[in-house]
Amino acid sequence: MLQFLARRILIAIPTVILISVFVFALQKLLPGDPVLAMAGEERDPEVIAYLREKYRLNDPVPVQYLTWIRGVLTGDLGMSLRTNQPVLVLIGQKLPVTIQLAVMAMIFALVIGIPAGILSAVKKGTVTDYAANVVALSGLSVPNFWLGIMLILLVSVRWQLLPASGYVPLSEDPVRSIETMLMPAFVLGTALAATLMRHTRSAMLGVLTSDYVRTARAKGLAERKVILKHALRNALTPIVTLTALLFGELIAGAVLTEQIFTIPGFGKLVVDAVFNRDYAVVQGIVLCTAVGFIVMNIIADALYFVLNPRLRKQ
Amino acid sequence: MSPKPPSHASTLLSVRDLTFRFRGQTQDVVEDVGFVLRRGETLCVVGESGCGKSVTALALMGLLPRNAVRIRSGTVEFRGERYPVNDFDRVARFRGGEMAMIFQEPMTSLNPAFRIGDQIAEAVERHRRCGRAEARARALEMLQRVHIPAAEQRLDEYPHQLSGGMRQRVMIAMALANEPSVLIADEPTTALDVTVQAQILDLMAELQADTGMGIILITHDLGVVAEIATDVAVMYAGHIAEYGSAADVFGDPQHPYTIGLMSSVPRLTGPRQRLTTVPGMVPTIGTMPSGCRFSSRCPFAAPVCAERPPLAEVGPGHRAACHFAPLDRTLELSA
Repeated sequence: MLQFLARRILIAIPTVILISVFVFALQKLLPGDPVLAMAGEERDPEVIAYLREKYRLNDPVPVQYLTWIRGVLTGDLGMSLRTNQPVLVLIGQKLPVTIQLAVMAMIFALVIGIPAGILSAVKKGTVTDYAANVVALSGLSVPNFWLGIMLILLVSVRWQLLPASGYVPLSEDPVRSIETMLMPAFVLGTALAATLMRHTRSAMLGVLTSDYVRTARAKGLAERKVILKHALRNALTPIVTLTALLFGELIAGAVLTEQIFTIPGFGKLVVDAVFNRDYAVVQGIVLCTAVGFIVMNIIADALYFVLNPRLRKQ
Repeated sequence: MSPKPPSHASTLLSVRDLTFRFRGQTQDVVEDVGFVLRRGETLCVVGESGCGKSVTALALMGLLPRNAVRIRSGTVEFRGERYPVNDFDRVARFRGGEMAMIFQEPMTSLNPAFRIGDQIAEAVERHRRCGRAEARARALEMLQRVHIPAAEQRLDEYPHQLSGGMRQRVMIAMALANEPSVLIADEPTTALDVTVQAQILDLMAELQADTGMGIILITHDLGVVAEIATDVAVMYAGHIAEYGSAADVFGDPQHPYTIGLMSSVPRLTGPRQRLTTVPGMVPTIGTMPSGCRFSSRCPFAAPVCAERPPLAEVGPGHRAACHFAPLDRTLELSA
């Protein structure tokens, strides 16, 4: 298992390098010039020249890349061109917010998606199954922004149950913090719940007709135990892997939802950075997201090992 | 239609008039099947694939998917109770306890995610309502009983660490852990190597001698049947074609299908000759002839075969479902 993990991490290194090159190159291809944005209305040629020199924008692109990547390796992601804060600090501020949102969304997704998937597999071909599928399909097809706005209108504006926007750090006031995150987490979670439900359903359907489930029944076990123990334990293996991957996606995909609910998370940071041509920040975020994604991937593989006794070496 | 259960005190299980079909089909997959199993005896149910032998066993165990099957008739007498085959709740109570089953595929019949000791103990806990430790002790005892070497270590191993023969032994240990009086074995050796087959059959015979359980062995291997059967039921296309003691059915087969089956077994002795086969294929549901279901492949088929032949007595305890049975007499008359 350790050997396997080591191999996975080794494979991840060229992936990260490739991503960093790609991100860097894409930035250079984008129209717009950060120096022009920074130099203000007057566009004094001297100021522009000074800024170009300061941020080493006159160097050839490969040299710029190497300068940047050297910093990254020593834990320096550069400075934000706009706010003059270190990128690492910015990310450190915003990432916990998005992680809280992602974790809560994932809880919603799991609590809704897995039981619904089990139920619709067990009741295959019945009204329950069709109903679950219709709900899942709607969950997948309803756009997040629409659902978010409708929830704000209904829950916040009409019923005044939950705040429509804003953010309170978890450390400041946990209850309030969770309250403000409930709706955005629900919006993000429903789409994932649908995906999870579909996967759980098909995994369960595959497992329910297996020989060992028949053996469990032949032992005289109660149907509940047959399904929740013997079938689910095997169906869950791919679901756990999927969950880890979805979690990586969640962090990247929270952008829109954070915008709607004005949550000061990762998503807001990246949108602002792109609009302001804040290269260093965009690069830092994309790199972080990519690494996070790869880490989740490795975790998914490791979990697969833990869950599947056949892969464990004695 | 089905044989009368003899008033023997040692009768363990008798089945009568078992008829069912799968939903959406127009013909019964199993029709008027009945048999008797006595203590310490082995009833072999033989026939080609698709003749309904496995689904008959699954029906007795209540393991057919309830919403996919329509049980039209069938009564079971077991442990002095008489109940309709579709009394699933009653069957569920003794399934895995008094009546146990092992399957054809040992490779996939054990749950890959759990240790084998736990899988056996689970069956014990369910039926004996005992604690973990006791169930585990029983699991160990059973593993030793089915001659698994280093049983104590095996207890904590996963199915993938065992060979096919070992896994079938584990299945047998699991099935017998609650001392069932009836064991249904659905082609338990088909997926195994020939040498391992013999070991498993020997093991079953040994355990039967110890416990006096009755075994229903479903198989298409006539060699196996000849070795261990007390009684034989030959099934064809959902009907019982011939039923009787192994000596009668093998020594004096009375149904053309049984005769066909027998002559398709290669022999080591006697002159070399081309292996005979039963020509044609088993008709599928929906294309079954309405009278004798074997008539579409039978060399003796005559107009009378459009009518369904009763499973009639051709000798003491020996029955065949053929208008021309007993065959020797018919042949004599026609000569």
